[in-house]
This record gives sequence, C-alpha cells and structure tokens, in this order.
Amino acid sequence: MQTHDSPQLKAEARDFNFFYGQAQALKKINMPIYDKKVTALIGPSGCGKSTYLRSFNRMHDLYPGNRYEGEIRFYPDNTNLLSPEVDPIEVRMRVGMVFQKPNPFPKTIYENVAYGLRVRGENNKRVLDEKVENALRGAAIWEEVKDRLQDLAPNLSGGQQQRLCIARALATDPELLLFDEPTSALDPIATGAIEELVHELKKRVTILIVTHNMQQAARVSDYTAYMYLGEMVEFGKTDEIFIKPKDKRTEDYITGRMG
Amino acid sequence: MNQSQHVSSQFDEDLGRLRTHVLQMGGLVETQISAAIDAYTTGEVASVKTIVETDRKVNELEKAIDDDCAHIIAQRQPAASDLRLVLGISKIVTDLERAGDEAKKIAKGVRRIYEAGHLPSQYGVGIRHLAEATLTMVRQALDAFARLDGTQAVSVIRADADVDVEFKSIIRQLITHMMEDPRTITTSIEIISISRAIERIGDHAKNISEQVIFVAEGRDIRHNKEAIK
Repeated sequence: MQTHDSPQLKAEARDFNFFYGQAQALKKINMPIYDKKVTALIGPSGCGKSTYLRSFNRMHDLYPGNRYEGEIRFYPDNTNLLSPEVDPIEVRMRVGMVFQKPNPFPKTIYENVAYGLRVRGENNKRVLDEKVENALRGAAIWEEVKDRLQDLAPNLSGGQQQRLCIARALATDPELLLFDEPTSALDPIATGAIEELVHELKKRVTILIVTHNMQQAARVSDYTAYMYLGEMVEFGKTDEIFIKPKDKRTEDYITGRMG
Repeated sequence: MNQSQHVSSQFDEDLGRLRTHVLQMGGLVETQISAAIDAYTTGEVASVKTIVETDRKVNELEKAIDDDCAHIIAQRQPAASDLRLVLGISKIVTDLERAGDEAKKIAKGVRRIYEAGHLPSQYGVGIRHLAEATLTMVRQALDAFARLDGTQAVSVIRADADVDVEFKSIIRQLITHMMEDPRTITTSIEIISISRAIERIGDHAKNISEQVIFVAEGRDIRHNKEAIK
C-alpha cells in the first residue's frame, strides 16, 4: 500500500482480526497510519471503528474473552502492539486516548495533567510544572486556566474539559493520539477549537480519529478509512474519498444514501 | 452515477428539481439558438424580439439555479457524486447562459444586416451548416447531462474540433470576399462576428460536456487533450 510519495508509517494494521468472545468484530484489517498525519475512521454505528481505535492502546485487554489476531505494527521500532510480550501500560504511554465525553478526574486541573507523569514516577516539582504547562499550552487551554490550576477540573466548561483531557493525554509525550468522537458532546464553537487543535497537534503527533460527523472528517483529516460491518472498505486521501470514492458503499455512506 | 435514494427524500427532491431546472434552461437556450439560425436564413427579423425576451428568462433561471446550488451546499453539505453534481451544475448554467447570449448576438447581427438591405445568406457559405453543427453539440451535451453519459460528452468534445476547423475556413472565405470587393466589408465584418458567436456556442457545449464528465466520472479533463483520446 505504501508508494513512493507516501509519508512515513507510524503504525500499520496487518491482517488484523478482533473477536468479542465468539463474535468477530473486525475482519482482516490492513491499513497504514501515516506519521504526523490525521487519519479519520468513518462508518455507520456498529461497523467496528471504535473497536479498531481501542485496539491501538490495548483497551480490550481489560475484558476477558476478547481476542486479537494479526498485528498492529508500531514504528520506528517495529513492535507489534498486540503481542502478549508487549506491556499494555507501556503501549498506553506511547498511545494516548481522548474519549467522546470529557472525563476529567475529580482532581484539580494541575493534578489531572500531572497524573500520568506521577504514575511514571516523576515527582520533581519543577519538571512537573514545566510539563503541565507545556501540555496545557499544547492543548490550547493554558491561557484560560493558568491562574486557576488548583481549581477542580469538573468545574470547567465541556469544551475546556475536553481540551484538558487532551492536555492530560499529551503530558506523557505520546506518539499516537486516539480520538473517539471527541466533539460529539460539544457545541460548534468548542468543536471548532478542538478541530483547530487537531490541526496544530499533527505537527508533533500522529492522530487517529473516529467521527460520525462527515464534514469533520473532511475538515480535519489527511486520510480517511471507511469501515462497514467490521471490514475496511476503502482507505485513501481524504480529498479523494470525499470527491470521488472508489467503492459504491463508501459513496452511499458519505452521500447519505444508507439507512 | 449513483441511482440509489438518499435517506432524506427531501434531498432527493432538491437534487431532482435542480436537474430539471437545468434541462429547462437548456431547452430555452436551444430554442434561442435555433431561432437565431432561422432568422439568419429566412430574414425573419421579428423572431429577434422573441430571442431577446427568452434571454431574460434564461438569465432568471441561471440566478435561481445558482441560488438553489448555494442552498443545497449550505443545508446538505453534499459529498462525492452529489458534490460533483452541484459543482458541475453551477458551471454548466454559466455556459448555458453565455450560449444564450451568443444566440442573441447572432440575432441582432442578422437584424442589422437585413435592415441595411443585405441578405446574409449570400455571404459566408457554410455558416448555416456550422450553426447546425453547434446546435447539435448543445443538444447532445444536454442529453449527456440528463443521462450523465460520459461517452456522449466525449463525442461532443471531439465534435468541437471540427467546428473550429470549419469556422476558420469561413473566416478565410470572408477575407477573400473583402479583398475582392471592399463594398462587402461592413456586412462581412458583421458576418464574421456572427460566425464567431456560433463558434463560441460550440465552445460552451464543449465546456458543458467537460462538466458532465466531471459529474459522471469524477475526472477533470479540462485543458487536457490527452484525456479524451
């Protein structure tokens, strides 16, 4: 799938199957994730896009009976994220996640961002201060919270909470950020702020985003994958997918021709 | 082209209406062109007035269709084939409107020639043939649009090359006329601009066909001779 003009790979799914017990949720997914690009996953509810996204930080390990087959290669070190020898905690240090609904910890703004660093054993106040500030700046929320870092995070507005969650994910310097419908609970202004942020973030981190909002996929992503019934139907440059998709199923979905 | 229906039947209706309006507008422009050709051969100067009146309707339709395109973009955010259809239509109506303008120019030129007491058909043999060829191009381009038929659109684009050759030969003929008899210069110049207008109609039919190919197949073949070979 990689051609001469393709950017570098950050990750790559190879013949990836996923099972919830007996039920196969993902079928033979092959797909590149390009470095420092935004890749959008679109598809109707139940198509497996969130399942796929969550596989990247081994979230399915939390439930017994879930089973991975195949590989998700992670570069530049070429490790298989799904390998039982790879520690999921290590994976989650390198792969951050932001959820649909903002989920700050019931702690202060500062502690929300410092949390991941403390888990890693970082307790030096000067280092923490610096990393917390950088993460908050990276998530474009520093100016709004710098004078109230000791306030409780749940008191922030929804859009601010979501950016705080992004800051929390950024604090450990992840290489890949997973977004699972990050703006579906936000108003258009807060959504715009997150989209703008995604655009800024891709200068330093690779992003994989699940979205139900087709225009959002068209606006923020460089590549788009259309999934249906657990299969990856079409992967391509976002412009091509939205102007001239190759597969009729993709066409039907993005033009709103499916029930 | 995608024939299955949208989840929103309202959206299907909006797009259907848009296409019908384009074909309506195309029909009006066709009558303008064919009336202009008739006026040229028969000297039926009265029809000039009708052509000018039709032009007003064509202009109104152009504005209404553009407005509908803007509405659909704002309300539906069309993608893929829907997006191409709306974009294509918004360009097609520009070309249709300009083709109508050219028909109006032909009609007015014909009127000036007759009013000066001349018969245009005495000059520029082959003009009628040229005009009919371009009228056919317009008809076929609209037909290709109605059926979103890329193959037919390609044949219209090919036909434009023949029209260009014919146009050049008419110009050469008229130049010879003018050199032989300078008294024919005024009328000949009038006829040159008429042939120019006819040739432009062919160009508009070609542009419309290029848009049809974009809508139907997603290929942008403008300024690319290789693409239609």
